[in-house]
Amino acid sequence: MTTEKEREIIQKQFQERMDEDELMNCMRCGFCLPTCPTYIESGFQESHSPRGRIALMKAVVDRLIEPDEDVERSLNMCLGCRACEPVCPSGVRYGHLLEEARDIIQQHKKHSFLVRVVRKLVFHELFPYPERMRMAMGLIGFYQRSGLQSFARKTGLLNILPSSLRQMEKVLPNVPPLKEMKERPHHLAPEGPVKRRVAFFTGCLMDTMFMATNDATMRLLQLAGCEVIIPPAQTCCGALHGHGGEKQKAKELAKRNIEAFERLEVDDIVTNAGGCGAFLMEYDHLLKDEAEWSERAKAFVAKIKDISEVLVELDFQQKRLKAPPQIVTYQDSCHLRNVMKTSAAPRKLLRAIEGVEFREMKDADRCCGSAGIYNIVEPEMSMQILDYKMEMAKQTKAATIVTANPGCLLQVKLGIERAGLADRVRAVHLVDFLLEAAKGIQASEQEEHIRKTS
Amino acid sequence: MRNLISNEVKQQLIRIVGEENYDDSKAGRLVYSYDATPQFQSLPDAVIAPRNTLEVSRVVKICNEHRIPIVPRGSGTNLCAGTCPVEGGIVLVFKHMNKILEIDEENLTVTVQPGVITLDLMNAVEAKGLFYPPDPSSMKISTIGGNINENSGGLRGLKYGVTRDYVMGLEVVLANGEIIRTGGKLAKDVAGYDLTRLFVGSEGTLGVITEATLKLIPMPETKKTMLALYEDLEAAARSVSKIIANKIIPATLEFLDQPTLEVVEAYAQIGLPTDVQAVLLIEQDGPKEVVERDMKKMAEICKKEQAVSVQLARSEEEAEALRTARRTALSALARLKPTTILEDATVPRSEIAKMVKAINEIAEKYNVKICTFGHAGDGNLHPTCPTDARDRDEMERVEKAFEEIFAKAIELGGTITGEHGVGAMKAPYLEWKLGEAGIAAMKAIKQALDPNNIMNPGKVFAKSTRKRVVVTR
Repeated sequence: MTTEKEREIIQKQFQERMDEDELMNCMRCGFCLPTCPTYIESGFQESHSPRGRIALMKAVVDRLIEPDEDVERSLNMCLGCRACEPVCPSGVRYGHLLEEARDIIQQHKKHSFLVRVVRKLVFHELFPYPERMRMAMGLIGFYQRSGLQSFARKTGLLNILPSSLRQMEKVLPNVPPLKEMKERPHHLAPEGPVKRRVAFFTGCLMDTMFMATNDATMRLLQLAGCEVIIPPAQTCCGALHGHGGEKQKAKELAKRNIEAFERLEVDDIVTNAGGCGAFLMEYDHLLKDEAEWSERAKAFVAKIKDISEVLVELDFQQKRLKAPPQIVTYQDSCHLRNVMKTSAAPRKLLRAIEGVEFREMKDADRCCGSAGIYNIVEPEMSMQILDYKMEMAKQTKAATIVTANPGCLLQVKLGIERAGLADRVRAVHLVDFLLEAAKGIQASEQEEHIRKTS
Repeated sequence: MRNLISNEVKQQLIRIVGEENYDDSKAGRLVYSYDATPQFQSLPDAVIAPRNTLEVSRVVKICNEHRIPIVPRGSGTNLCAGTCPVEGGIVLVFKHMNKILEIDEENLTVTVQPGVITLDLMNAVEAKGLFYPPDPSSMKISTIGGNINENSGGLRGLKYGVTRDYVMGLEVVLANGEIIRTGGKLAKDVAGYDLTRLFVGSEGTLGVITEATLKLIPMPETKKTMLALYEDLEAAARSVSKIIANKIIPATLEFLDQPTLEVVEAYAQIGLPTDVQAVLLIEQDGPKEVVERDMKKMAEICKKEQAVSVQLARSEEEAEALRTARRTALSALARLKPTTILEDATVPRSEIAKMVKAINEIAEKYNVKICTFGHAGDGNLHPTCPTDARDRDEMERVEKAFEEIFAKAIELGGTITGEHGVGAMKAPYLEWKLGEAGIAAMKAIKQALDPNNIMNPGKVFAKSTRKRVVVTR
């Protein structure tokens, strides 16, 4: 609930801070509508479309309406998947408008005590500190290994959680022990001669909960001929903050990351999570009003690249890769596709694996409903979107659904559970699958060798 | 503005459509206060989503009794402010009435509800080897109901005609709430006035279309696409006339001028040439031999008319990229400036060269930028002006320029709008085209079918013949 006074402040802020040119750039042609998951799943409600949301933002600026509950509802319902941007002929940067509007509302809204505490803890006390992230994840690891998890599951203790969270608990990967999370490499030499010198952006969730995927990423880079630098001073990318209306904190994190990477003399800064990569790639926009940072941000942004692009550039797909015979499909990470513009490289790599029959699913470029913390705050819409996604995945008869972002990965795992396909279908991050395929060839070559010599 | 809907009426309406299908929240109304036409915005009093024809009829009866305006709206992509609720009232949306009811392969018809998306309909019939030709640029999101009400055209208009040519029968709720059916699955039917044609293109001013039976034709076997480039605008226009004079009717004959090319290429990045003065996008479909023969002949004509180059698309993907690029022309132009004014002055195709030349002269005279593209084959041009609504001085000049363009189009035997409709935007100019007696005849029809003027009021007929095009107060 916002009070009348809060609404007045929010409205003023809209007039001061929203980019009027960008709002006017929307010519309301409606080309974005068929790409918007919430427009489709809400049964074609204009208020849940990009065109509708831009009209609402502009109407608040123009004082045609107040920023009331319904306006906020419309903005909250947006996944932020940005599928509307590549199809927008006028090139409206919808994501930036949305972020600004959400930031204004969040900053001037009086949250309940509980929400304030949680937001403060998560955004300010947890994610910005790698050490604390490891501790928090260590707790989850303890829960998983100590027998608490099986206790909680057996006794029905988890039933106190809403069903979407309960299912989420089921699909969380096994967190590595705290000790392993602490001992991370800072420099890795390539396999063979150095073809390229890259830095690796580890991310916070990726380097704890998904540590194995990070290890696989670095291993692939080594196999592809990269010298890998992993600067310890890096921190959370700030995407959660930026999308969640904590722009100031996001800027702080951005500056810390730029500082951590700018003197490394590397060709690329490699990411393996579309969500993080896309946010890193827009640091220039985030810091556009800070004179001493904008140039540095631009230099940083120019180096951001998804792992799949780096691998393709280094002809990794020419190597022999082998997996057990199976049908594989790929779910685009929205931010990887719509912001980083990477969609062909992952497919190219998958098609290069022996044994893989790659089948495109219908609407692979449509969001899976994960969208940061959307699946927790908007569970109903998120699950509706997910169920459609699983229906499309099912039609391909794929045994493996490959994704390229941790949020998508968890969501698709959840979808597999919900669809009752857990015995037949698995979800896996692209790099894990690629490393399996690289090892698969090693294993079969070894077998060959043994067979020949025995 | 006074509220047109009393609480009592609101409750009656909710009883018909259900609480969830009646929205009078501020935000809910705001997002139906506009369509794709710049400079028009007006809040409705409520937005209603009926679930079937009967509900539409009951809603209309109540509106008629209480004199509440009704604006039927598809996806809001029209360019004449046809679905902007300029007098408030109710916006009717058809999100529940979006089913393809039947594809009749024996009679070659498809029967649909108005909310079906045009492209979905095309895909559904094409899966059965059938073809629904009208292809407005917004077909990915426009609805059939909207297409019928606006009599939408598209790229294939020259050879295949426009929406009107494919509507065989309609179910319509009249302003008094009566439900009538016109036409049917019949190739021949002369029983009475042709009401089907009357309702097509009536812009929601005569009734609410709740179902339509559309004509289908067999899918052409093959299609080929080519680009012809010109250093000279008039040479391109001459090629168009020559092609038709040589008794070839291509499926598509699109024209883009240099400023348009530049913008489209910047957006689509498919390697369109940006250093020539004009481009013709030419397509032919049909049996393989015919297509090849026609393409060859057209290529010869273009070269003879000083085309600097003629290129055949090598693959379907390349051809599709070219078509898509053309379809996004309008919106790509929107990248230049915040406001984009798009017109669709149309002339007999023999007059295209004169019209294009006149447009360029007029643009120069008023010192405004006008990019022209359009369906050269049927004389339907889209002179488009990228501008900024905040610049009052320029807007005045834009307005004058378009006034002169309309006058020129009519002088050349053309019309003020080829396919976008009159709506609220062109209403002040309709009399230029129809004359006083013509307007009177149309008004008589309107008066007979909608005596209380509740069906999309403020459209087609202007309160007075104002000389305003783009500036609305």
